[in-house]
Parts: sequence; C-alpha cells; structure tokens
Amino acid sequence: MADVRLLHDRTPGVEEQEPTANYLSYTAGLVLAILLTITSFVVAQTNLLWPPGIPVGLMVLAFAQIGVHLVFFLHLGSGPDHTNNLLALAFGMLAVFLVIAGSIWIIANLNWNMMEMPR
Amino acid sequence: MLGNLTWAAIPLDQPLPLYAMGVVGLVILAVLAVVTVKGWWPYLWREWITSVDHKRIGAMYFILGLIMLLRGYSDAIMMRTQQAIAIGDAQGYLPPDHYDQIFSAHGSIMIFFVAMPLVIGLMNFVVPLQLGVRDVAFPTLNSVSFWLTATGALLINVSLVIGSFARTGWMGYPPLSELAFSPDEGVDYYLWPLQISGIGTLFTGINFVTTILKLRAPGMTYMRMPVFCWTALASNMLIVAAFPILTGTFVMLLLDRYLGMHFFTNDLGGNQMMYVNLFWAWGHPEVYILILPAFGVFSEVAATFSGKGLFSYRTMVWATLGICVLSFLVWLHHFFTMGAGADVNAFFGIMSSIIAVPTGAKIFNWLFTLFRGRIVFTTPVLYLIGFMITFVIGGLTGVLLAVPPVDFVLHNSAFLVAHFHNVIIGGVLFGMLAGYNYWFPKAFGFTLDERWGKASFWCWLIGFYLAFMPLYMLGLMGMTRRLQHIPDPSWQPLLLVAEVGAIVIFLGILCQIAQLYVSIRTRDLRRDLTGDPWNGRTLEWATSSPPPAYNFAILPRVETIDAFWQMKRRGLPPVEPAYEAIEMPRNSPIGFVNAFFATIVGFALIWHIWWIVILGLLAAAVGILVFGWSENREREIPAREIARLERARSALGRPA
Amino acid sequence: MTVATVDFISTDLARGRGGGGPAPTRIVVAYGFWIFLLSDFVLFSGLFAAYAVLSGNTAGGPTGSELFNLRNVFIETMCLLFSSYTCGLGALSAERRQPGRFLGFNVLTLVLGAAFLIIESTEFAAMVAKGAGPSRSAFLSGFFTLVGTHGVHVTGGLLFLVYMMAQVVAKGLRPHVLRRLLCFSLFWHALDIVWVGVFTLVYLMGAR
Repeated sequence: MADVRLLHDRTPGVEEQEPTANYLSYTAGLVLAILLTITSFVVAQTNLLWPPGIPVGLMVLAFAQIGVHLVFFLHLGSGPDHTNNLLALAFGMLAVFLVIAGSIWIIANLNWNMMEMPR
Repeated sequence: MLGNLTWAAIPLDQPLPLYAMGVVGLVILAVLAVVTVKGWWPYLWREWITSVDHKRIGAMYFILGLIMLLRGYSDAIMMRTQQAIAIGDAQGYLPPDHYDQIFSAHGSIMIFFVAMPLVIGLMNFVVPLQLGVRDVAFPTLNSVSFWLTATGALLINVSLVIGSFARTGWMGYPPLSELAFSPDEGVDYYLWPLQISGIGTLFTGINFVTTILKLRAPGMTYMRMPVFCWTALASNMLIVAAFPILTGTFVMLLLDRYLGMHFFTNDLGGNQMMYVNLFWAWGHPEVYILILPAFGVFSEVAATFSGKGLFSYRTMVWATLGICVLSFLVWLHHFFTMGAGADVNAFFGIMSSIIAVPTGAKIFNWLFTLFRGRIVFTTPVLYLIGFMITFVIGGLTGVLLAVPPVDFVLHNSAFLVAHFHNVIIGGVLFGMLAGYNYWFPKAFGFTLDERWGKASFWCWLIGFYLAFMPLYMLGLMGMTRRLQHIPDPSWQPLLLVAEVGAIVIFLGILCQIAQLYVSIRTRDLRRDLTGDPWNGRTLEWATSSPPPAYNFAILPRVETIDAFWQMKRRGLPPVEPAYEAIEMPRNSPIGFVNAFFATIVGFALIWHIWWIVILGLLAAAVGILVFGWSENREREIPAREIARLERARSALGRPA
Repeated sequence: MTVATVDFISTDLARGRGGGGPAPTRIVVAYGFWIFLLSDFVLFSGLFAAYAVLSGNTAGGPTGSELFNLRNVFIETMCLLFSSYTCGLGALSAERRQPGRFLGFNVLTLVLGAAFLIIESTEFAAMVAKGAGPSRSAFLSGFFTLVGTHGVHVTGGLLFLVYMMAQVVAKGLRPHVLRRLLCFSLFWHALDIVWVGVFTLVYLMGAR
C-alpha cells in the first residue's frame, strides 16, 4: 500500500529511535514498577508511613507507577509530535477524575443528608 | 426453548399497537416488494449497505433519523392528545401502563435514534469534505457504527410488537427499573438497544476525533479548520469521554437484572442515587454532543448566506472548547432536589450558569456575522434566525432552572419539559433541518424546493411555540411531567393550545415530506451543476455535486480559513494537474453482518433465550475473525478514470 | 488511507500546528487506538466510582479485609507487570523484523497473562464458594464487576494476542500486521495501568 510519509512523527516504536535506548526503556520501566509495587504493598501493610496518610501515600505511588508505564512502556513524551497524545490523555484523565471524584463527593453528600439505612 | 418468549408477548388485546404494527408492517413489505420487483437489491447492497463511504453512511444515518422522527412524533401526538382530553372524570384513551411506555419510548427514540443519527449523519457527510480529505480515519469502522445504530433502532421498535417497553421514562431510574419493580422485558428493551447503538456511537467518536486531528488537507492547521469541524471535534471528544460512562452504568443495571447483583437495588446495600449520578454524568455531555454540531451548522450558514466570513473565528473556537470542558462540570443540576447539601448544589448551580456564557458569545458572533452582510433569506437562514430567538429563550429558562431554589419548585414540572424541548427543537432540530437544506444539493446533486422548505420552517416554528409555551405556564401553575390524567380542569385550555401546536408541527413534517417529493420530481430544474449552489466558503463546495467517491482528485492546498473562498478569489490553475491513481477502501459487508448478529443476540438477551445468545455471539466472533484475516481491502482507481471524471465535471461547470 | 501527490508541502507547518497534511496510516491507527483506550479508561472510571461509593455497603456480609489475600494479589501483579515487559520486548523484536523472537517473547506474555487469570478466577471461585459472591452485597457486586471487567479485558487481550501470533506466522511481519501488533501492545500496557488502580484502590486500601 502506497504510504507517503509527510510527517516524521516519533510515535511509539518508529524506526528512528535507537535500539539500545528502547531495551533500556522497558527494563528501567520494569525495575521502577517493581520497586513502586513493593513499596505500595509495604506501605499498605505496615505502619512505616503515618497511618492516616496511608491512602494518600498509596495514591501517590499508584500515580507514579502509572506515570512509569506511560513513559517507559507507552513512550509518551513531551515533543511536539506527542502533543495530540498528551492532550487526549489530559482530557481523558479529566473525565476520569471528574467521574470518580465527583461521584464520591456527591454520593457522600447525599449519604450524609439521608437517614442512616439499616445495613 | 425460547426463554421468556411466548405467544402472549404479541399484544392482541391492545388495538393501538396492533394497528400501528399493521400499518408499519405493510409499508415495510411494500417497500421490500418494490425493491425486489425492480431488481434494486444488487445496487443497494453494493452502493449503500456495504458502503464504507462517509457520504453514503452519513446519508443513511440521516435517513434513519428522519424515519425515526416519525415514530417519535407519533408517540408525542398520542401523549398530547391524551393530556388534552383526560381531564376531570374523563380517563382518555391511553391506560397508564400504555401511557408510561409511550413517554419512555418517545424520549429514548428521540434522543438516541433521531437526534444522534441526524447529528452523526451530518458530521459524517460534511467533515471529511470540509477537511479536504477522502474519507474518515476508519471507514469500515464507520459502517460498523452505522449498522449497530440501526440495530438499536430496529430492536427498540420491535418492542411495539413483541412484548412491551419500559415504563420508567427514558432515563431508566432504579429502583423502578430493577427486577423487583419491572420484572418483565420492558427495561431490557430499553437497555440492550441503547447499549448496542452506544457501542456504535463510541466508535464514531473515536473515528472522528482521529480524523479531525490527524487527517486534514495539507496546510490546514487547526486555526484554518471550518468551525463546523471544530464543533464536530468537540462533540466527538465528548462522545469518547461520556459514552463509556453510560455503557458502564447500563452494565451495572444489567448485572443487577440478569445476575442478581446489588448496584442499585433497594436491598443489600444498593444505592439508587449512584445510578442517577452516573446517568447524568453521561447525560449532560450528551446534550452538548447534540447541540455543538448544530451550532457548527449555524456558523456555516450564517457566514455563507451573509457573504462574509464568520465574525471572530477565534472566539467561536474557544467558546466551543470551553463548552466542551464545562459540560463535564454541571451534571448535578439534573438532580438538585435529591438531597445534596448547599455546597454541592451551589457549585453545580454556578457552573450551570457559567456555561451559558460561551453560548451567549456565540449568539453575538452570529448576530455580528449577519450584521451588514448581504443576506440571502434561504430556508437555512430562516432556521438560523428562528434558532437564535428560540434557543435564547430556551437557554434563559435553563439558566433559571440552574438556580437550585428555583429548581426545587420546577424540577420535573412541565416547565422543565418545555425548557428541554425548547433547546432541543429550537437548537438541535432546527440545526439539523438547516444543515439538511444546506447540504442536500451537495449530497444528491439538486437543491430542495425553497417554497416547501419555508412552509415547513414556519409550521415547525409556529407549531413549536404553540406546543411548548403553554407548558412553561402549566409548569409554573404546578403541572408535573408525565401525567396520564390531568387533575386540574383549569389546565385544559393551555393543553388544548399545546395540542394544536403538535398538529401544526405535523403539518411541518408533511411539508417536509412534500418538499422531498416535489424536489425529486422536479430535480432537473434545480440541478447543481457547479457544485457551489450557495457561493460557499469551505472546501466541500469545491467538489462536484455529488462528489466522486474519492472526494478530491488532488488534495487541496490550504492557506487560510475559508479555503475555498480564497481559491475562488485567486482563480483557477490554468493547466490541468497530473492526476495519479487513488487508493480507496473497498466496500465491506462486515458492518451489516455484525449488526445482523447483534440484532439476534440483542433480541435473545431481552427474552433470555440463552442458546441463541451464545450461537449469535459465536457467529459474530467468527465474522470478525474472518474479516480480521482478510487482505486486499483497498481498490485502486486508475489515473485515467480520475481524469475522465474530472474532465466530465469541468464540461458541466467548475473544475475541481 | 493514502494521500495522492500534493503540489507543495510546507514542512515547517508539519510540526505542532498540524498543517502537514494527512498523517501516515501507522500514526492514524495508533492514535485512534489510543483514543479507544482512553474511552476504556473512562468506562473503568465509572466502575471505580461505583466501587468506591459502594465499598462500605457490605450488608452484613464479608468485607474486603476478610476476603482479600494480598500475597496472591502481589503474585498477580508481578505476573501482569512481567507480561507487560515481555510484551514490550516482543514489540521491539517485531520492529526489528525478528518473528522468531517476537513469538518467543509473546508466548511468555501469554503464559504470564494466563497465570494472572488462573489466580484471579481461583480467587473468585473461592469467594463464591463461601457465600461471598457478587449477589451477596453491593460491595461485592462492585468488586466482582470492577475486577471482573478487568479480567474480561485481559482474556480478550490474550485471545487477540493468539490471533495476532497466528497472523504473524501465516503472513509475516507486514505493515498491517505490525500496526495491529502496535494496537495490542498499547492495549496490554493500558490494562496494566488499570491494574495499578485496581490493586491500589481495591485490594491495598480495602484490606486495611
């Protein structure tokens, strides 16, 4: 199929990147993700972190690991060719945030105003 | 063997649906007979059913929407009539159970199978042409999307004839929609068609976001795109971000109904407000999905028929994007009365008022576009002016409702019903009818009859005001929505006025049918030979009417906004360009085949016929695997064929 | 989609402001699939929100801390993470037109993904057996649906992978096959991202 290249986008896996950089990328991502996972499990099950801060700590670790996946496995970068990808991600994450945070806020508010239901 | 399906499902004891089924059935049989006798099946299969051409798919979506408008309107006139006569001792002619199904079907069909197909159809037809490219990013997926929507439309109409529909209203709130209170197939007839067509719509969203961001003619930077493409982009971004919420919510309700789970049940911890919350987290972006393309149509119409460029293109773009983001921040205004605290209500109330600002900016921009223009009062321009007045009224009542204490009085009253019909008819429908009249010549090669078009407009406008202004008053007088029987006789005069309005709207629909008939009969008098009947500004007018399959023999080189206007002013290149072969995607039956099995699976799921569900899913999977293995999905149009088509066109009028 | 020859391309317009004309097919397909994945994230967000809101509604039945086995969750997490790694290495092999290595790495991906599914379905079966199935309470409905939907996606992904491996064997690493492999990689990594959310919000926070 005739495929005229008009752009030289460096989206995931395009030839122009160097091979060794990519092996490194995946391996680095794996190591970081393993470390973050172990840290999460440790934080959740011990009192190394100040207990009331554990949920926030776990969320921070989760976001960090998601970031590791996006950068090292999905090769999301910051160059001009990635603008569309990043903007789409930002919009998607806005929707995700609004649905989850909005629902929790609204339902908590509603629950608080309702009589306690027998469980 | 056949799950819950028995002969009792056919409503032999109810004359109205039986009569309706009889009439519709006869019409369908007649159409099929004519097509068969005239030998049109090969043509239809080759040129329409298996087509992956955005122009054909767009036309099919639009036709689906117009046909379903007739069904949705029938529900409407039945409700209006019932409300006009069932007052005091009179019980009317529709028992409550039947009335409840009608208002549920009316809303579901109008939103999902009229408004969405009209909007998606228009975007399908216009966007690739305006972007100066040959088709959308994923043409075969486009066909899949259309046929899944058609499946949903078919299944929801089957509920008229086999079984009954939901009685929950078009939103399907639990606990009424749960098994405990809706044990029969009705709610499933609501959930499955919407879920199936929702998948099709999601694919459309993905298709158009990708097309608009990644496939534009060379030189068409973002700020040189036509405004209709910006509104299409915003609308499709909202589809991608909002429809999955509806999918997830319906999955949860389906799991409650089919597998005995407890997301929204009364017992064992279910939370019904979570359904309401998630439904409207989809539902509010949905109405912006519908209105933004209508705004886009009006931008195009205002610019073209004033002979000027759109006033302040930049603020139109930013207003569109602003509305897109803000539409995700207002959804609680659909349930102010459900017990949230003052802080939550205040936040969403303020956001709902703020979202009126960018829309107001757009109204001013349209006014300033018309100001000192050389206005041609065609049917689309009448719709534009009718829209500007009507939509502002509807928007103002919306801002009224956005104030929580006001909403406490007016929630679920006839005032609310008047408001949303005000903005949907005055906004979305007028936009679609304007777009229909505006782009029809591009699609079919001849303009529509202006007199019947204007007659239709006036009937719709007058009919709308007669039908819905009384509802504002009735709402303020205390009338709630969805009443099968009217308790207060003093409401009757206004309800009679509303009934007259509904009949005038019917005249408008008849005028549209007449317009189409007359236009086709006398089409040779109104042939569009140049491809540019309105002296347009954007690239779709650079093609012939109708455009060839490949749209543009050479992709246009864009240097400004309103690229075609600039091309016209610059004059045409003196030398015929060297045409090259063009690869276009081949037709594919996968959309139709997939939807065929989706229909069977959907019906079997509704009636709990599990073996058919499994077989149907397997068949669909096989179809997809076979399709996925296939090669050779493109065909090449040789250069000399292109040269021949382009020369034939220049013999008639303008070259490409 | 192919582009016919254009008379003039301004490469300085190609970057950022988007004036370079229609993008190549590989980029169009990858971007479209990325948008699909974002829509899938929104779907999961609805399920996450429902879980979050309903997680306290145990209706007198078992709670997360009584049911969740964090050791198994850790093993599942490692399986999925390593399968993402082998998937990535497979993608590199495909880019370098090495079908043998591609297939080898993806056999590992399949095995690790299947291990994840086996552990998860055993966990589900055990919960159902002791009366803690999805119809026991709203909390359990939310749990089974969220985690189960992720599992269904993993299953679908593995089926997709088997199909793609068959295509590689039958047709070789041709451009359209490579484009679909790119889609699979995006899908597989995205599922791991969702899993990060699941094990954090459901298991780690739920077990406390």
